[in-house]
Amino acid sequence: MSEVLTAPKLRDCRDAFVAVLERLGAENEKVVAVCNDSVGSSKLGGFKAKFPERLVNVGIAEQNMVGVGAGLANGGMLPFVCAAAPFLTGRALEQIKADIAYSNANVKLVGISSGMAYGELGPTHHSIEDFAWTRVLPNLPVIAPCDSIETAAAVEWAATYPGPCFLRLSRVGVPDLLPEGHVFELGKANQLRDGSDVTLIANGTLTHRMLKAAEILAGRGVEARVLNMATVRPIDVEAVVAAVRDTGAILTAEEHSTFGGLGSAIAEVVVAEAPAPMKILGVPGIFAPTGSAEFLLDEFGMAPAAVADAAEALIARKR
Amino acid sequence: MQTNDLERVAKGIRRRDLRAVFEAGAGHIGGEMSAIDILTALYFRVLNVMPDDPGNPGRDRFVLSKGHTACALYVTLAKRGFIPEEEISTFLKPHSRLNGHPNCQKVPGVETNTGPLGHGLPVAVGMAKAAKLGGASWRTYVMTGDGEMQEGSNWEAIMAAAQFGLDNLTLIIDHNRFQQGAALADTNNLAPLRPKLEAFGWEVTEINGNDMSEIVPALEHRGDRPHCVVAHTNKGHGISFMQDRVDWHHKVPNAEQYKTAMEELAEEME
Ligand SMILES: Cc1ncc(C[n+]2csc(CCOP(=O)(O)OP(=O)(O)O)c2C)c(N)n1
Ligand SMILES: [Mg+2]
Repeated sequence: MSEVLTAPKLRDCRDAFVAVLERLGAENEKVVAVCNDSVGSSKLGGFKAKFPERLVNVGIAEQNMVGVGAGLANGGMLPFVCAAAPFLTGRALEQIKADIAYSNANVKLVGISSGMAYGELGPTHHSIEDFAWTRVLPNLPVIAPCDSIETAAAVEWAATYPGPCFLRLSRVGVPDLLPEGHVFELGKANQLRDGSDVTLIANGTLTHRMLKAAEILAGRGVEARVLNMATVRPIDVEAVVAAVRDTGAILTAEEHSTFGGLGSAIAEVVVAEAPAPMKILGVPGIFAPTGSAEFLLDEFGMAPAAVADAAEALIARKR
Repeated sequence: MQTNDLERVAKGIRRRDLRAVFEAGAGHIGGEMSAIDILTALYFRVLNVMPDDPGNPGRDRFVLSKGHTACALYVTLAKRGFIPEEEISTFLKPHSRLNGHPNCQKVPGVETNTGPLGHGLPVAVGMAKAAKLGGASWRTYVMTGDGEMQEGSNWEAIMAAAQFGLDNLTLIIDHNRFQQGAALADTNNLAPLRPKLEAFGWEVTEINGNDMSEIVPALEHRGDRPHCVVAHTNKGHGISFMQDRVDWHHKVPNAEQYKTAMEELAEEME
């Protein structure tokens, strides 16, 4: 396993999510949590203890869960619909399209254990299609925070944003990367390191791996810019164009299929606005084998050293 | 196989399942223990299946819709000769074909992939309909969890099965009264199940789903409508400290608990 992953201060972003949710719940009696027998996996036990009547557990029924969320919003409540990401997005996709996005219902969809957090449970439980499924929907910002600080900031933002959004969270521990007090801005990437040879872009559990890869590259005399791009929709066009202008090549990495996710969203900008060589790392369009999330990320070439190698190969393709 | 032998096989499957979950450090042991008696009766008595020819078109079909209890199915398939018994020790290991939910592309004897709840019954309806269309005599069995019955897709399939007159279909509901986070009664209570199924045009048999002498006749019953066996079971059945405790949905025993559980499941206690 990559050493970066065994670093001491790894935090579970679900804790940051529920800490903010519980505070919002205390401040605003309209805040409700909706779930599908997922009180434990969504860490809603504290919310349930504090506001038992505002914890709406519909049972194992995701389509109903999302529809109920839309109705709660219509009735003036502020619902956070929380479920394992594969079932929230995959099972209830049409409800998300029609009841949430098309109806522009003020519902915050919170996908827990996204990516390959449920690695050993197999492809039914891997949520590596959810960027693709959700980012094609109008009205629905898609956000994958990289650490606890950005998670808390994004939940704060979501509570005041007057429309739906999809927050894609993991349960896999990540180190704190953004400064304390960070304010989330929709569609704005954060530059975590500057460089002129290549730009590494990631979000969620991959951002810290990119920083580590950049360190390895620095040791080889290669200067990499690192962008954390939590917002997959709307994509930060300006940051992508600047990355091409300043570094001439972009490598992306995501806990998602290489089809239709963050890399694809960036590639759409690159081909239209600033053609340049790109490398998209992720799960290469297959159903992944059994194994832990960390094992699978390494398996698919997203260990920091492998990312550094891929970045060097990409740089060789410039001009 | 007769009741006594089936009970002995079931106990062996419980032991191997417990060991697999203990060694892997993960699994869904509560719902495995509740279901193992029925799985045993199916594979060692009721189902017409051919381990040497798992894709034989004339085989009976079984779908484990509550796919999170895959380990119990793997052990049962191994004991029945579909996969090597040694392979159980790869459960959840990197690249193992025995992941946390059954994969029909890799594991002989698995008919369709499950894991997301509420998928198995609609697929089973399609299987039973295919047998009807082809004039074939094989039967389709599907097992769901009771919490799983909260998924609306099941009720769509229940309506279809009645409309299609699928007297070759048996739905077994593992009614262990618990789901992932709480009791059904405290979440979204479906009980009593019988009148709901009957209202949708099914024949219903209620049994003690951990009693072999009730399981076998219920599964062998033949009627003129789709048949639902409401199997009243205990989550964690056979291991006293797990029984009817919601946290054993997916808790893993520590070394001491493992030892106690193994003692309770020992051969000579029969
Ligand atoms: C669509 C879907 N939603 C949620 C889950 C997560 N989940 C896995 S098992 C389970 C509880 C199942 O309870 P029940 O059907 O009663 O099974 P059993 O008691 O037999 O284990 C849940 C909610 C899932 N696998 N699929
Ligand atoms: Mg149950």
